[in-house]
Amino acid sequence: MRPRRRQRTAIKDARGEAALFRRRALTGFALILIGLLVLAGRFVWLQVLHHDEFSTRSEQNRVHVVHLPPARGLIYDRNGVLLADNVPAFRLEVVPDRVKDMDAMLARLGALVPLSDDDVKRFRQQLRQHRAFQSVPLKLRLTEDEIGRFAVNQWRFPGASVVPYLTRRYPQGEGFAHVLGYVARIDDNDLDRLDADRYVGTTHIGKNGIERQYEDILHGEPGYQLVEVNADQRVQRVLETVPPKPGRNLYLSLDARLQRAAEQAFAGRAGAAVAIDPRNGEVLAMASVPSFDPNLFVNGIAQADYTALLEAPDRPLLDRALRGHYPPGSTIKPFLGLAGLEYGLRRPEDTVLSTGEFFIPGQSRGYRDDIRGGQGRVDLVQAIAQSVNTYFYSLALDMGIDRMAAFMGKFGFGRPTGVDLPGEGSGVLPSSAWKRGALGKPWYLGETVIAGIGQGYWVITPLQLGHAVAMLANRGVDRTPHLLRATQNGLGAPLVPVPPPPAAPGALRNPADWAPVEQGMLEAVNGDRGTARGIAAGFPYLIAGKTGTAERYSRTTDAYESRVSDAELAARHRALFICFTPAEAPRIAVAVVLEAGAWGGKDAAPIARRILDAWAAEQAAPVVAAAGDGR
Amino acid sequence: MIAVLYARTRRFVDRLLTRPRLDLPLVGALAAVAAIGLVTLYSAGDLDPGLVLNQGARFVLGGALLVLISRIPPSTLRTWTPWLYAISVLLLVVVAVMGEGRGAYRWLDLKVVRFQPSELLKLTMPMMVAWYLHPRPLPPSWKHMAAVGALIAVPAGLIAEQPDLGTALLVAASGAFALFLSGLSWWRIGALLGAVAGAAPVAWHFMHEYQRNRVRMFLDPEADPLGNGWHIIQSKIAVGSGGILGKGFHHGTQSRLEFLPEHTTDFVFAVFSEEFGLIGVCVLLALYAFVIGRSLWIAMNARDTYSRLLAGAIAMSFFVYVIVNGGMITGLLPVVGVPLPLISYGGTSAVSLLTGFGVLMSIHAHRKLIET
Repeated sequence: MRPRRRQRTAIKDARGEAALFRRRALTGFALILIGLLVLAGRFVWLQVLHHDEFSTRSEQNRVHVVHLPPARGLIYDRNGVLLADNVPAFRLEVVPDRVKDMDAMLARLGALVPLSDDDVKRFRQQLRQHRAFQSVPLKLRLTEDEIGRFAVNQWRFPGASVVPYLTRRYPQGEGFAHVLGYVARIDDNDLDRLDADRYVGTTHIGKNGIERQYEDILHGEPGYQLVEVNADQRVQRVLETVPPKPGRNLYLSLDARLQRAAEQAFAGRAGAAVAIDPRNGEVLAMASVPSFDPNLFVNGIAQADYTALLEAPDRPLLDRALRGHYPPGSTIKPFLGLAGLEYGLRRPEDTVLSTGEFFIPGQSRGYRDDIRGGQGRVDLVQAIAQSVNTYFYSLALDMGIDRMAAFMGKFGFGRPTGVDLPGEGSGVLPSSAWKRGALGKPWYLGETVIAGIGQGYWVITPLQLGHAVAMLANRGVDRTPHLLRATQNGLGAPLVPVPPPPAAPGALRNPADWAPVEQGMLEAVNGDRGTARGIAAGFPYLIAGKTGTAERYSRTTDAYESRVSDAELAARHRALFICFTPAEAPRIAVAVVLEAGAWGGKDAAPIARRILDAWAAEQAAPVVAAAGDGR
Repeated sequence: MIAVLYARTRRFVDRLLTRPRLDLPLVGALAAVAAIGLVTLYSAGDLDPGLVLNQGARFVLGGALLVLISRIPPSTLRTWTPWLYAISVLLLVVVAVMGEGRGAYRWLDLKVVRFQPSELLKLTMPMMVAWYLHPRPLPPSWKHMAAVGALIAVPAGLIAEQPDLGTALLVAASGAFALFLSGLSWWRIGALLGAVAGAAPVAWHFMHEYQRNRVRMFLDPEADPLGNGWHIIQSKIAVGSGGILGKGFHHGTQSRLEFLPEHTTDFVFAVFSEEFGLIGVCVLLALYAFVIGRSLWIAMNARDTYSRLLAGAIAMSFFVYVIVNGGMITGLLPVVGVPLPLISYGGTSAVSLLTGFGVLMSIHAHRKLIET
């Protein structure tokens, strides 16, 4: 019924609606006329009543605003060694508004100052992002030759000019490339997240590492200058200057000497090393080898160079310390030994007989020891010192994977450590829940056994391992690893220390449990049968350590192959070593991962020793550098 | 073959001349504004013929669309309306999900052409409101008013979210005008305005920082004479120094010395005012007033509710462009990126405006045969 009635009403009112519309349209037009009259009135107010005033202002209007980007904060190591600074350079800029035919201009300019395809591509990209009256950088870091040639011909290129600027320099080159990161030209992604007002006139932004993490502190606040120009846009006089506020300088916990020692110890072999002060979580060294020259990226890396870095088989761009994923191997044995004591599954004096092969009751697959025939009857100390697999196979089996995962999780495995660097890897702490979630498959008992020696699904990052060792050295007190130690508001200003992250006490039920594990690690380095025996020779402090040799591929046969050369083993193994020293009151903890090494004790431990040597030398003769005067 | 083609063309031209579907006074006024636009652009672009040719080409394209659309009867447009509206809203959603742009996601890249779906809404929005109200009894009841409100709010919200405040405002206004013209009672209009005013603090909460800055700067432009306020101050100097007679063609110093930003696009009116003075401004505003008045006259003589509301809304939306841009360059209104119709340099705006006038011409051609 209702629709019909509505229909009838609509038909009946057609004429009335037309009349209603007519009234409304006339009202609307009247309002529009009033609006236009108000606008016209505004023009009269501006153009007639205040004409003289604006006329004068127009004639005197010779004032332009010049934005002054702030100088980026410098970066130092803990002893004031310069890691990143700014050096003067010149770049070519173009104001698009003042160029009639951009293509022709670029062609003519290219004949004078060589422009790479990358330069032009980036320039065109930025053209779209800038207003027409804003200057857009075309080529960075001009050579003196190029500046000279352009200066002579500048009159031919209205709108183009050579502009001085500060460019970032990394004097340490490859050594700190991963941890420091680098700055590079601001791109689309950066524009989305940055505050445009703070970045007027700034061309570069931190892309990676510390440079990105502390972009906010390093950047500073821009200033401006009011300048009087003549009709040709030439500056006649500076009227007012509000100087930019430079970014704060950063003092990192890194020690350039240790970093250098770590980098050199790898001798070009791929791997990563992390050194942490267990007392406060300060990262002393964080090296990833091979590396790259960060200076290449600052002023735009050539496509060919970039492709070469991307496609190099040993992946120099990968920060192995932060994001490299490796099986921990036997380095987890001290932690697992602790878990056995904590859960009451073993007493320190309980022994296990190693026969060379271990079987899950009722299964036929054998799990091997490192030595044919086994290491005999061993207790916890010897199991750690000699890295006896059978001891930990049986312990893992008794514990079960989920209890193992719960205990290991306390040492930070399986999640990012929370270090102050972007893009940290999280590794994998295997558990039945993890496997169900990640792979959708149930957990098998055999996987528990190999998890007991750090194989199978286990994945750690070197930083994670370093953090866990530092916790171990510190008897379970958890301090988040961090790199920023202090900031400084300009050279010579007092350092403002950055408070370290709070420590979370990690308690074992029985503090006496630490002793046998530490004893095992001491024996591993200093005992007659230790897997890392000999590496502490001549070192002034007592070292506690643990080797690890992880297999990259699962074996196809259970047979022992005794006559395999080290080179062949290195192609299959990853060598690891963890240690801390002085054993009685640890001040440094180190984790080393060598991607291709035959044995942890033989290949990874000497790298750690080189780092410890550099550290010990510094303990004997501390670097004296006045804070705030890094140069 | 050729003879047949010739005969057809001949017949078409004859019909065009003897029974013009286009409203010649309106076409004349639009052509006059476009001509003024090209002259101003030639000066503002520093005598760059490329700029003028580009814009001229867009006028030709827009003119062709105008003629083409004027041949489509409004009844056909009406049956298409829900689909056109649905497609444009869908495109908005697509852009929101996967669009690209500089911080602002509003472009849709179809490889061949890049365009802003929000531009489509400027036309499909009043079409949809007119379509909805067409079969309903007028003035609309509360229920229908709420329905129309939703039809307006959803796309306007999506556009404001992009974030493109200027276009969101234009789109919402075009729909609101159709509602106004439908005879919505005055006290309901009052209630609606009250609700909008009440929603302002909420909108402020959801605004982007740069949009808030524009509003703050609008309230006190001189407080920030280097950042956003700079544009307004320079624009006012340009207008004011033009005086009654203006500084003459290509003699404006404000844009020449690069004090005026965007002097071929959003601030082109300031260049015009500086060079042609109050007299030029009055001529231009009179032309705009004529275009709007003539369009409303076409609307009043339209055959049915749909045509009436649509034509009226298009006419009144045109006014919003003029007042918002004029208000901006004289410092009366905040800086919102709205172009001056047919004068500002830019393709999408010129083409979409002329398309709208194509619809008007179609409505004019199918007007009531007997005056009532």
